[in-house]
Amino acid sequence: MNRKALNNFWDKLFKLLGITSISFGLLVLLALIIDVIIDGYPRITLNFFKSFPSRKPEMAGILSAWVGTIWIMVITALISIPIGIGAGIYLEEYAPKNKFTNFIEINIANLAGVPSVIYGLLGLGFFVRYMNLDRSVLAGGLTLALLVLPVIILSTREALRAIPSSIREASYALGATKWQTIRNQLLPAAIGNILTGIILAMSRAMGETAPLITVGALTYIAFLPQNPVIIKDSFPFMGISFQGLFDPFTVLPIQIYNWVSRPQKGFITDAAAGIMVLLILTLIMNSIAIFLRYQNQKRVRW
Amino acid sequence: MAKNILETQDLKAYFGNKQILKGINLAFLSNTVTAIIGPSGCGKSTFIRSINRINDLIPNFRIEGNIIFNDQDIHDKNVDEVDLRRKVGMVFQRPNPFPKSIYDNIAYGFNIYGIKDKYTIDAAVENSLKKVALWEEVKNNLSQNALTLSGGQQQRLCFARALAIEPEVLLLDEPCSAIDPISTAKIEELIHQLKKNYTIIIVTHNMQQAARVSDYTAFFLLGELIEFGKTDGIFTAPKDKRTEAYITGRFG
Amino acid sequence: MLGRKKFILGLKEKLIEKLLFLCSFLSVLTTFGIIFILSAESIEFFKEVPVLSFLTDTQWTPLFVNKHFGILPLLCGTILTTFIAISVALPIGLISAVYLSEYASDKTRNIIKPLMEILAAVPTVVYGYFALLFITPLLKKIIPSISGFNALSSGLVMGIMIIPLVASLSEDALRSVPNGLREGAYALGSTRLQLSFKVIFPAALSGIIAALILAISRAIGETMIVAIAAGQQPRLTLNPLVPIETITAYIVQVSLGDTPHGTLEYRTIFACGMTLFLLTLCLNIISFKLKKKFQEIYE
Repeated sequence: MNRKALNNFWDKLFKLLGITSISFGLLVLLALIIDVIIDGYPRITLNFFKSFPSRKPEMAGILSAWVGTIWIMVITALISIPIGIGAGIYLEEYAPKNKFTNFIEINIANLAGVPSVIYGLLGLGFFVRYMNLDRSVLAGGLTLALLVLPVIILSTREALRAIPSSIREASYALGATKWQTIRNQLLPAAIGNILTGIILAMSRAMGETAPLITVGALTYIAFLPQNPVIIKDSFPFMGISFQGLFDPFTVLPIQIYNWVSRPQKGFITDAAAGIMVLLILTLIMNSIAIFLRYQNQKRVRW
Repeated sequence: MAKNILETQDLKAYFGNKQILKGINLAFLSNTVTAIIGPSGCGKSTFIRSINRINDLIPNFRIEGNIIFNDQDIHDKNVDEVDLRRKVGMVFQRPNPFPKSIYDNIAYGFNIYGIKDKYTIDAAVENSLKKVALWEEVKNNLSQNALTLSGGQQQRLCFARALAIEPEVLLLDEPCSAIDPISTAKIEELIHQLKKNYTIIIVTHNMQQAARVSDYTAFFLLGELIEFGKTDGIFTAPKDKRTEAYITGRFG
Repeated sequence: MLGRKKFILGLKEKLIEKLLFLCSFLSVLTTFGIIFILSAESIEFFKEVPVLSFLTDTQWTPLFVNKHFGILPLLCGTILTTFIAISVALPIGLISAVYLSEYASDKTRNIIKPLMEILAAVPTVVYGYFALLFITPLLKKIIPSISGFNALSSGLVMGIMIIPLVASLSEDALRSVPNGLREGAYALGSTRLQLSFKVIFPAALSGIIAALILAISRAIGETMIVAIAAGQQPRLTLNPLVPIETITAYIVQVSLGDTPHGTLEYRTIFACGMTLFLLTLCLNIISFKLKKKFQEIYE
């Protein structure tokens, strides 16, 4: 072989290796999805969504799990989104370049890498014990809010950084204050990318198991947190209750974990069905995020 | 009687340890056009960006000396930079419309000032777009995104946006460097007309442009003011050798 | 009148800035909270268990009658699964990164990257299920002696889970190498493969190492896969075929039980948490510094 052909050969070989490497993970993902569908498909019925867990696998369902997941996600979102965006804005637009800011930055980068189970210990020590919230929905939601905060902060910062400084200058030159510039120009321009980050953060929160186990979510629960909307017989016929915040809870991934660790074959089917639900939700959220990002990239650039 | 609306006294500017301006003394008469020329890196952009304190947004930027606007130092404690920027408008090198509608781009200056009266804003939008000769081109598409306009149109929109809030001084930082020759001609025409009501300071790379539009010209070199005078005088009989070398194209 | 309005506006600006500052300060409070909670309980723990025996005892049996509190078996389990995971994720992740950065067209990249992201977004409990009920039975066909719970299958699956992390962070590093370097190397007549591995790869090395360290930190902290598929038997062994227990899995094990608050058993999870936190903290900071340094070179 001459040199050119040899080079060409190696080049092609590496290309093949690259494609194989990339396909490997994706093929495993495919195998995983198929495996779960085969195992769990028979259990996907309406009753599965309407039933509490049970000692008998064929009677068991995910009612308390999905309701708990919604509770946790709502609390996590309500706390982490405003604080995360606020922190991102401060760090990107206000923070002076000094040692302290640098420290906050390292700190956030580190928090993003702290194992989630450690957040669980923080939640257990602080929310459950110190603040006496007990093993409640609120304690779980607060814990996950702290967990996803770095993700939202980092995506807010990136979104703001992508806006050219000429937009800031134009706004200031017209006599806008800093907050007016942020509110009227920067946030509207960045919101698409921030939203992408938020959805990814929420998808992460939905799949988290370990910190909630540590905080003390129950693995077997046959009731729901108190419904926040109460129907009454008399005027105004409706009321709002926050009692549910202090009730015990479980979430979808914990329910799945509970079923996986049982020896009976029937529970494996339940676990697989639960995973199908969780995976579909995760896929939907991630697809929305990816689509949104794609839309943002396509939009007219300045 | 014309008076000095703006004056810099021994103005020095630094980015970190690097000195960009080395003591500039310049005075600007109201209702005149002053061109600032000089090779790249001479500090002319830094100079005009200091006048509306837009450079103050950059970390590490520092200023010494005084800038007097309407008999008051703009770095005085009582001067609000937000107020200052409403009186000293600016148009930048590259057109930088907000990614919003044409209408909203101009209305922004009113919104942030708490003016909500639709009639006032509508009138200002029409008025300022007419001033920059953009009205006829866009009057039926005011809700169109400004980023869909051509570069020249975008830059005229930026002029309109700056004019809408009726500043006293207009700073132009190489406003034609990123647009086509036809739009450039329109903008030069515009500058001529604006002179009646505004004091204009224009930074330009283009000496023909300086000669065409300005009454006075200042020549900067390496952060120093080399020569200042009537534009006719500077271009026909420069006093300094370096000015002569620059305008005859021997460097820069 | 105008003065008053301006005063209010100025006040509002200051108030908002303070509020936003508090938001970002919360992240500092979180770190202090973690350190405080972990230390408070760990100190109580170390009053009863000497640090030396915690670090040197070769048995971990806090839930048995004959109690031993040696972290080594748990640490060993953690290192073993992490090692297996990195052996999978590093080569595959790096080759993928080089391919994506130097070979793939924009179009291919735009399809593959989101798919990789989905691979990373799969909840870990799902991967645990997969390791226990798909990979382990598969391995059993090849290695009949393998236990139902083992380090190998959880390590392998964990490796697959962190491929996207290694690939995307390394790709970022490779792509931030300036194009001038590529053109220079081509001008000297190198092939694309030579260019990739002799020029771009070394230039991006510190960025790639930062990615690797972050991946290690991630594997050390991974919990659900090992809690489900690796077993609950703390054991000082490097044999990947037998049940072991990692630090994280132990925390989950105790959390699920009804260990009363304030007991020594309860405090073990905080001592374990402290160990885990310090390990990952060091790795995260090293990774962050390396990345910062790398970015400074090319910006």
